[in-house]
Amino acid sequence: MAGATNASGAVEAASYKTVFASLEDFSKGGVELINDDPRHYAFSNMYEVASISKPWEQVAVGKNMQYVLEVVRAEGQSGWRTASHDQFAVSLDGEVEIEFFTHGAPVGESVEGSVALAADPDGQRMGRVVLNFGHQALLPANSAYRMNASRPSVVMIQTIAGADTKFRWAEICQTV
Amino acid sequence: MSIEAGTPTSSTEPNAEGYRGFTLGQFSFRRDEYFAYVSWPTGSHIMSVDAFLRAMQRDIAWDFFYGIVNFDGVFGTMNHYGTVDLFAGRYNDSYRKAELDYSENIDTPIIREQFKAILEDWTNQTFDPFASPHETGPAFGVKNGSNVDAITRRRVAATRMVNLPGDEELRNDENGHPLNRMFLDVPQDEPVVEAEPGFEGQLAGFNLFNYLARSQVTWNPSVVSVCKDSLFCPTTEEYILPIIHGNDRVEWFIQLSDEISWEVEDRDTGTMRSRVVMKAGDVCAMPADIRHQGYSPKRSMLLVWENGDPNLADLIASGQAPTYPADF
Repeated sequence: MAGATNASGAVEAASYKTVFASLEDFSKGGVELINDDPRHYAFSNMYEVASISKPWEQVAVGKNMQYVLEVVRAEGQSGWRTASHDQFAVSLDGEVEIEFFTHGAPVGESVEGSVALAADPDGQRMGRVVLNFGHQALLPANSAYRMNASRPSVVMIQTIAGADTKFRWAEICQTV
Repeated sequence: MSIEAGTPTSSTEPNAEGYRGFTLGQFSFRRDEYFAYVSWPTGSHIMSVDAFLRAMQRDIAWDFFYGIVNFDGVFGTMNHYGTVDLFAGRYNDSYRKAELDYSENIDTPIIREQFKAILEDWTNQTFDPFASPHETGPAFGVKNGSNVDAITRRRVAATRMVNLPGDEELRNDENGHPLNRMFLDVPQDEPVVEAEPGFEGQLAGFNLFNYLARSQVTWNPSVVSVCKDSLFCPTTEEYILPIIHGNDRVEWFIQLSDEISWEVEDRDTGTMRSRVVMKAGDVCAMPADIRHQGYSPKRSMLLVWENGDPNLADLIASGQAPTYPADF
């Protein structure tokens, strides 16, 4: 349906619908090859990856040297984790609560990526952040954190490859 | 042919249409009502002036970005992070075979200032090179004022994360960032952040999608979070990426909303390698030896993920690091 005339003199639609995706409703594009190898593009879909992952697995969907982009199927309660550097979490589907504590077992600066804590954190409660769809949070360096999600949700994490990172390129990426 | 020189610059008095001409080394630039003209010792080139200004705006705003900013299949810049190659035909197979390609290596401050001078003189008050075609008037016609506010927008780059104390602030109506007309249906709620006494300012969050829905510009990545050299650089896209970006490192695209199609070509010759269609949730690497141009039929949200390691381009160029992200 036609809307207003804009600055260029063209007539735009009366309204627009932004198309997002979810764990229950996603549609995948792809690489149409002309003269290349599809594996060079490592093409995947984060919702599809979450749909085939176990709760709290941190599956790499992007890798740029040591840096990774992980996708997590958030469901129930995660274990406690920490990292020597800042990380960032974005909710791509669902509500995810993140609890933060200080703790007395920081990992060394040379250790990259998230690390599981052997026991509950022994420090002070720092607070909590509740992410909903499209929200991003800081996971501060050296804090202990865990996540809670009452229904299957999807979280994207900006971090560095570490002990928690699962690499499953052949399973998740377009190969032909 | 390539030369390195002190790179003199100059400009002329306004021509009949009211626009100044410029030189940068042995390149010269002029415009008339419809077109930008570039010439160099072995050839010359013509571009629609609106496409030329949109490309030049990105090249300046990104400070020559990572790798190559092709204005089109002939003319552009390659960043060496301190100096910039200004080239014609360098990444065009026909020009190369005919030995008509030409480039000059120029100190970054010199090319930056001359590009800014060209953009300021050639951008009329009716035209915003950062805007989508629906959101701006024409670039064409005789000289008609200027639009300095539009072409000198501050580049947004968080040092840690948007909405942390002292870092980049949220966008809202009050600070001049209304919702874009194509994102009126994007949720506006913000995350719950509860910090215990003594930890105020150490926990933070923000609505990334609301932040993007309020972007005033298209095809202009801005940094929202930083994990050492890992940079989240989301952007909103509408119509066509005004440049053809030639990579000097692997770059990742994460489609957050709607759909973009990418034409992917060989970086050095321009021959087609693939077409990539990305829908919400899709993730795709752009290898370090390609160039790409995106087409977004509706304003969309794209997360561009970069590795800003200053040594990375040399590692890849020397073969010490691969041009693609993973072996499998």
